[in-house]
Amino acid sequence: MISLMINGQTHNVDVEPDTPLLWAIRENVGLTGTKYGCGVAQCGNCTVHVDGVAMRSCSLPVSAAVGKKITTIEGLAVNGTLHKVQKAWLDHEVPQCGYCQSGMIMAVAALLAEKPKPTDADINNTITNICRCGTFQQVRAAIHAAANA
Amino acid sequence: MNYVPKIDRRSFVVGTAAAGAGFSLGMVLPMGQAHAQGTPELNAWVVVRPDDTVVVRFVRSEMGQGNLTGLCQLVAEELECDWSKVTWEYVDPRQNIVRKRIYGAFNATGSRSIRESHDYVRRGGAAARHMLIEAAAKNWNVPAAECTAANSVITHRASGRKTTYGQVALAATKVTPPDPKSLKLKDPKDWKIAGKPIKRLDTLPKLTGAQKYSVDTQLPGMLNAAIKACPVRGGKVVSFDASKVKGMKGVKNVLNVGGTAVAVVADTWWHAKTALDALPVVWDEGPGAKASSATIAAMLKEGLEAETNLIGNQRGDINAALSGAAKKVEAVYSYPYQNHACMEPLNATARYTADKCEVWTSTQNAEAVLAATREASGLPFEKCEVTVVSAGGGFGRRARTDYVTQAVQIAKQMPGVPIKLLWSREEDMTQGTYHPITMCKLTAALDANNNMTGLRVRISGQSILATLAPARLVKGRDPATFQGMYPGGAEGALGYDIPNILIDHAMRNPHLTPGFWRGVNNNQNAIYLECFIDEVAHAVGQDPLEFRRKMMGKHPKHLAVLNAAAEKAGWGKPLPKGVFRGIAQQMGYGSYVAAVAEVSVSSDGLLTIHRIVGATDCGHAVNPASIERQISGSFVFGLSASLYGGCTVKDGRIEQTNFHNYPSMRMAAMPKVESVLVPSGGFWGGVGEPTIFVATPAVLNAIFAATGKRIRDLPMKNHGIRTA
Repeated sequence: MISLMINGQTHNVDVEPDTPLLWAIRENVGLTGTKYGCGVAQCGNCTVHVDGVAMRSCSLPVSAAVGKKITTIEGLAVNGTLHKVQKAWLDHEVPQCGYCQSGMIMAVAALLAEKPKPTDADINNTITNICRCGTFQQVRAAIHAAANA
Repeated sequence: MNYVPKIDRRSFVVGTAAAGAGFSLGMVLPMGQAHAQGTPELNAWVVVRPDDTVVVRFVRSEMGQGNLTGLCQLVAEELECDWSKVTWEYVDPRQNIVRKRIYGAFNATGSRSIRESHDYVRRGGAAARHMLIEAAAKNWNVPAAECTAANSVITHRASGRKTTYGQVALAATKVTPPDPKSLKLKDPKDWKIAGKPIKRLDTLPKLTGAQKYSVDTQLPGMLNAAIKACPVRGGKVVSFDASKVKGMKGVKNVLNVGGTAVAVVADTWWHAKTALDALPVVWDEGPGAKASSATIAAMLKEGLEAETNLIGNQRGDINAALSGAAKKVEAVYSYPYQNHACMEPLNATARYTADKCEVWTSTQNAEAVLAATREASGLPFEKCEVTVVSAGGGFGRRARTDYVTQAVQIAKQMPGVPIKLLWSREEDMTQGTYHPITMCKLTAALDANNNMTGLRVRISGQSILATLAPARLVKGRDPATFQGMYPGGAEGALGYDIPNILIDHAMRNPHLTPGFWRGVNNNQNAIYLECFIDEVAHAVGQDPLEFRRKMMGKHPKHLAVLNAAAEKAGWGKPLPKGVFRGIAQQMGYGSYVAAVAEVSVSSDGLLTIHRIVGATDCGHAVNPASIERQISGSFVFGLSASLYGGCTVKDGRIEQTNFHNYPSMRMAAMPKVESVLVPSGGFWGGVGEPTIFVATPAVLNAIFAATGKRIRDLPMKNHGIRTA
């Protein structure tokens, strides 16, 4: 058994230590908001926070997350109040299919925690998630809106 | 232009007394959530609950494009209901068979959801309104003509009495429905809900992780399957050594799937995939294994000069025009294979028993999933149940049902156990139904005054229909090959008046399976035509916009959109040093589109797309906010493919395996997009695809303006072009 602290709760999961955190979250804990897109840390759909840092969970073994605070998209809103990134996403109607947006939102929330007023260059350098629907124009507008919220 | 399954209705025992409902079948079919909650429908499209909730039935599949909200807007507009009370539900595709195709087509392909169902869904809304008013009038004992409805409230004008839709909903279900064809629909200029940029119905759950996609399906006792099909299309499984992996953690079964694939079933997908990666498989790769990008290119090149009678557009005498030309311009272009790479890898969940086969999946065509389920399970339709779950992208790939067939084939080998089959990204890249590969030779004839007197276009390459729907070929010819080059019509007419034209096709079909890839044949046809016209304009020293305008007098809608894009972009006005413009236009899926790109290219090939203006005339614009998102998203989809995409073939298999070698655009390369909506009314065009057509030619023409280098084959990365 491996003990993981996810969204403030302890989960004991029966997985091998090299199991990617993504699959432990999805299949063993049952939180499916975190998505599989590539499995090789390219697309960022699986982004979660590990001790506040945006990490691509498809390529992070659970052993590396033990003893750390993991936040998934389900844990971003607090007591039902949307995080300011989620709020900006709602106002700007960012999602199309929405599949990549869990990871996109987690990546942006981590960016804003570190850089509350990111420049376009900061955004370009940090937000490298893939969105096949092509929501980037709305993503950029929503990031600036969240930064100014 | 897409594949519609042929449904064998004879296999369905439909009672002759079927009066528009499923009950006379002698079987009970689910009527959807709304009905399950005890509220009968007003008609196939509308349920009103006593609490005033309006449930709109939706069949086309939402995969991000916004057709769900748009179609609900159209129903609500005629229903005169309170938009804040509108919700929706998918329909069991069997209902369409039982109810004599009352729902029309289910496929969300070819940008057709709204343009091909606006009429009957609006009539559904209008008929429901009629029944609600009738019920209220009967209750008040007044003529229905004295009552009006607005915002879900019915008012008797003379007495001032009011009631709500919810209060009369049950009584309204007993009113004789009007003939939908007798109803007068609103003039779009009077729209209050449709035509407005109102918010989508489906945003919130996509922000919190609550949205359930097909891949999130969870069932009691469910097992997970990972699959590997022969990496060479057409190949077969010879053998596999299950003993090597059967002892691995969580592994439950190792199965041959249809003779062409091997699957591992395990408690978790991670265990299944880990075991599959370790499973030794021997393949008979078949004759396709000899193919490579070079052999395919040679095949297509041969087709550029070969004899063919597959003509798509012919007028005048092209041979006379060419032989009498004062000047000729000639060029050869090509377009590579592309993968759809939907963000949600393909997946389906199936549970099979001798009595029933259930499937849960995301699809662009629930009816095709039903047909695939029936075929793979061997059970009749009435024992096949399809539940449509939200899709993480489709782009044409989810119009295919190969992954559904596999899921059922696996489930059938483990009766009673729900099996979720998920393709890895690598499997998704290897087993694509790829954007077809083509080559094109174009020749222009010009007279002494530099007027274009002739256009000869030879397309050589793969036909989608020949593989996916051979019954739809017309005398061996694939009409879809000529998208955007048709002599006329409402779908995709060539926008230029050139007196002598010959456009034909030498069909050359490599062994790889082609597919409908968002934009389909318009994508390469727009590049071929619009880059070539640009070449001709430069060859005669004319402005590319002016050169086009001279040939567009008989195509005012094409011209108006081109002008709208040019005007917004400030065509002809000075640009910052080093920044150059390119322009393109095309008609497809009933809409007219144009784009102007502004780019700079550094001496070492760094391409910056500073700005793109995209103009669209889709006739009636149902939700301008959704259309703007389709425009900006289309630039991403089209340019990702032409900048860094392209699938190559070695030893018969596609070489690209994941996003590291099949990249997709990210934030840093995203241009600023300005959308110009110029809906001219009077027709209904699609918006999910058309902007893709012009994305690449506008950028390629701008790159030529910037560098003097004409790129005629893709991706651009092969020409030293890169982005930030």
